Amino acid sequence: MRAARVLLRPVGFAGFGLLTVVLLVAVFGPVLWDGRATVIDTGDLLAGPSGEHWIGTDNLGRDLFFRVLVATRLSITLALAATAIGMVLGVVLGAAPMLTGRRVARFITSAVNVLVAFPGLLLVLFFAVVFGVGARGAALAVGLAGAPAFARLCHTLLSGVSERDYIAAARIAGVSKFRILVRHALPNIAEPLIVNATMAAGGVLLTFSGLSFLGLGVQAPSYDWGKLMQDGLNGIYVHPLAALGPGIAVVLAGLAFNLTGEAFAAAFGIDVIPGVARVRAVRGAAGESAGPAVAAPDPEPGTVLSVDGLRVTIPGARRPIHAVRGVTFAIRDGEAVGVVGESGSGKSVTALAVARLIEEPVRVDANHLVFAGEDLMAADDPASLRKRLGTSLVVVFQDPMTSFNPAHRVGPQLAEVGRFHQGLGRRAAFARAVDRLHAVKLREPERRARQYPFEFSGGMRQRAMIGMGLMGTPRLIIADEPTTALDVTVQRQVLALLGEVRGDTGAALLLISHDVSVVTEVCDRVLVMYAGLIVEELPARDLGTLARHPYTRALVAAVPDMETDLTRPLAVIPGTPVDPSDVPAGCAFAARCPLADDHCRAVEPPLQADAAGNRVACHKAGWPLPADSAEVTV
Amino acid sequence: MGGWTPAAVPPSAARGLRGRAGDLWSHRWLRFALRRAGRLLVSLWVLVTASFLMIHLVPGDPVRAALGPTAPAELVLARTRDLGLLDPLWRQYAGFLGNLLRGELGVSISTRLPVGETIAQRLPATAQLAVAAFLLSVLVAVPVGVVMAVITRRGKGRRTELAFTGTNVVLGAIPDFLVGVGLVYLLAVQTHLFPVAGRAGPDSYVLPVLALAIGPCAVLSRIVRVEMLAVMEADYIRTARAKRLTPWRVQLVHALPNAVTASLTLGGLLLSSLVAGTVLVENVFAWPGLGSTIVSSIVSKDYPLVQGTVLIYGVGVLLINTLVDVVLALLDPRSTIGES
Ligand code: SF4
Repeated sequence: MRAARVLLRPVGFAGFGLLTVVLLVAVFGPVLWDGRATVIDTGDLLAGPSGEHWIGTDNLGRDLFFRVLVATRLSITLALAATAIGMVLGVVLGAAPMLTGRRVARFITSAVNVLVAFPGLLLVLFFAVVFGVGARGAALAVGLAGAPAFARLCHTLLSGVSERDYIAAARIAGVSKFRILVRHALPNIAEPLIVNATMAAGGVLLTFSGLSFLGLGVQAPSYDWGKLMQDGLNGIYVHPLAALGPGIAVVLAGLAFNLTGEAFAAAFGIDVIPGVARVRAVRGAAGESAGPAVAAPDPEPGTVLSVDGLRVTIPGARRPIHAVRGVTFAIRDGEAVGVVGESGSGKSVTALAVARLIEEPVRVDANHLVFAGEDLMAADDPASLRKRLGTSLVVVFQDPMTSFNPAHRVGPQLAEVGRFHQGLGRRAAFARAVDRLHAVKLREPERRARQYPFEFSGGMRQRAMIGMGLMGTPRLIIADEPTTALDVTVQRQVLALLGEVRGDTGAALLLISHDVSVVTEVCDRVLVMYAGLIVEELPARDLGTLARHPYTRALVAAVPDMETDLTRPLAVIPGTPVDPSDVPAGCAFAARCPLADDHCRAVEPPLQADAAGNRVACHKAGWPLPADSAEVTV
Repeated sequence: MGGWTPAAVPPSAARGLRGRAGDLWSHRWLRFALRRAGRLLVSLWVLVTASFLMIHLVPGDPVRAALGPTAPAELVLARTRDLGLLDPLWRQYAGFLGNLLRGELGVSISTRLPVGETIAQRLPATAQLAVAAFLLSVLVAVPVGVVMAVITRRGKGRRTELAFTGTNVVLGAIPDFLVGVGLVYLLAVQTHLFPVAGRAGPDSYVLPVLALAIGPCAVLSRIVRVEMLAVMEADYIRTARAKRLTPWRVQLVHALPNAVTASLTLGGLLLSSLVAGTVLVENVFAWPGLGSTIVSSIVSKDYPLVQGTVLIYGVGVLLINTLVDVVLALLDPRSTIGES
């Protein structure tokens, strides 16, 4: 059960334990200790702490420690009463828009919005004026002041559930609005409401003690913690514990409510902090070696990128995920190399790893990774390396909508490269940015450079992104699905632009794509990836005719062409991709391969090069596929 | 096309405006300015009306309550007439609004002094306190939040994270007046470092400002950290890293503005509650500001004075909320202006 889980967390345990103690003292305190809290000892007025009176006595010689304990009941009761008032009123106000007509609903919602903008204490003071000084007035004031916040919360929660199917169904079935609210909607928001009420009770307790402390709440001869503090403050020179004692009680009780609420919220999955992966298995994964240690051969001259034995390991909750399991390839100057594969094949991770954009705790290992003569696996990135990479290695990302910083104008985002890597001043860098936007054929580049990204269309942003790469002199452009998020005509334009840019600068291209036809059109050579490995490498123009790996052939067969009978469903590769956290032994593709046999399932096929330099990893490379296997549809 | 409100356009935006684009820009800013001003006016109206109605909502005879049961009946009647409480409600309301427009807030029942005068005398002390506490909490919370985010990102620095969130929860849970009492005990009674109460030299500001700032600072730094962590995972941060900028520049120039934008939305409410928090803290430190005035006037049922102070506090909060929204719009034009 959830409640049990709450108790298992340290926060939940502490909060719940504390709350239990507080409630027990509230119930039994006055019964047990009322006598000791009210007995007047005229021989011991305003005494400091002693063995007999732990935190001293007040101006009538009454024991303060026991007064604090006895005050628990009144303090807690008033806080709970005020919370209840606020919650009931809040639920009524928050639910009313569901029952009333549109006009009334809008009026209530905007009234609540106006009230929520005022801090609670101000509302409390306002109502305290109306209801007058005293415990009852203060409870009403604190309760009413809390209502708008509850109303807002209730309204938000209700609008969340009112979209759900069962409520829509009930509405269509003609169930009355009131019945829908009471039977279907409210029970579904009860959990978060109660969690919030618990936390609110903690806040109310503090507010209430504040009111009593100001003299607006509980009046003598009654006393709550706030009142005790008020009495103690005057004597803070002489014996500070008289003021601090009740203060500590307030804080402990407030914490008890807060922690309990927070623990329940965590158990209900309300509190999720993004970006913090549960990392426990990292240590184990980090110790792994990066495959067989082959002496890194010096890359051939004319090679812009050389990758050997690249592995990427993501620490998982149970076991590490091997996203890339040893990838070796090279790109020559000016060459265009495509990487194809289904999603999850490790192709994007490979691109990011090559660009050194993968961060801890994800681990990148390689026998070597050399770009334009620079060892990218070297421990640190000194400023000089950053400068060279910043101007010669360009990355174009998949989603142009999210890849520009929304808080800055486009021009300065381009200009940064010039300012920090090319030694240009602010103005010169901006001028160059405008020039580059012009080079990627953005109309009115002057004006565009001064706009924010949200004013650009997707295609324009991708052009600007490429323009950002042109600030320097690119030697390699890594493009990770650069056109996937764009519509078809814009896709063509962006691809054409990439081609032109390469023509002008002589840059090589590493194009990641799941779209075989795009890669065939743009690239010289193709790497096919499956389950974190390269399974085949061949010239792009031969993809349709000379592919030997069953996976490559299935990928190609899945591409519609002029002869595809569009009246039939498109061919899909049967089966699902391998789970990268659980790669089987032997050939990873075996489970989906029409040619698989026991040998495939037991022995991993090595990636072997033929005389022409094409590579393939398959025991049965080039065997004829059983008829119709590529035509299987799912 | 659309009109043009120079006041609503930030200077930096105005520079880039030309032709059609300029029209579009001004259009957006105009719409934002109108919408925001409309909300401010409605809230102001609610505030003014509520503080007018306050005295009428008090059960029984407010003047009798204020002057006490022993006051002679003629005196009560005279005061009631002075306050205009014998007129029909609509005329009282009109008179109240008219007086407000002329900057008149009425006369205190107990001291017979104009309320405006009392407020003018007391407001500066409170405003100084609130502004100082606000600045302090922002100046501390933002760097602390950023540094904690960098240190504890992606599961690093588990211990530090635990210590930070733990301290935060506790500090955030202690109400400001209790912090005040604690500070008085530690730094004034025990060590005599700072004066216990009152407003005199610069050192008398230290404890009240600290008492006010610690809570908001704890909450704000936690918000900043969480927002930083979220922003650091965004695609545009990866873009910034792909440009091979220094980690410092990535964090401060690319991540921080976005994190602050998000934090401000949540932190705005916190800051207006800081204004209200002055009431309690002033009472701890016997600070001669509005906070002690409002409490004593509530206790003595000096309704015109209460009305005036509630109005001033409310206006202060509304202005802060508006200011936060405008700053937000400048920092992140898309969220506030573009797509709404
Ligand atoms: S090795 Fe066997 S299972 Fe793997 S692709 Fe080749 S034939 Fe299929």
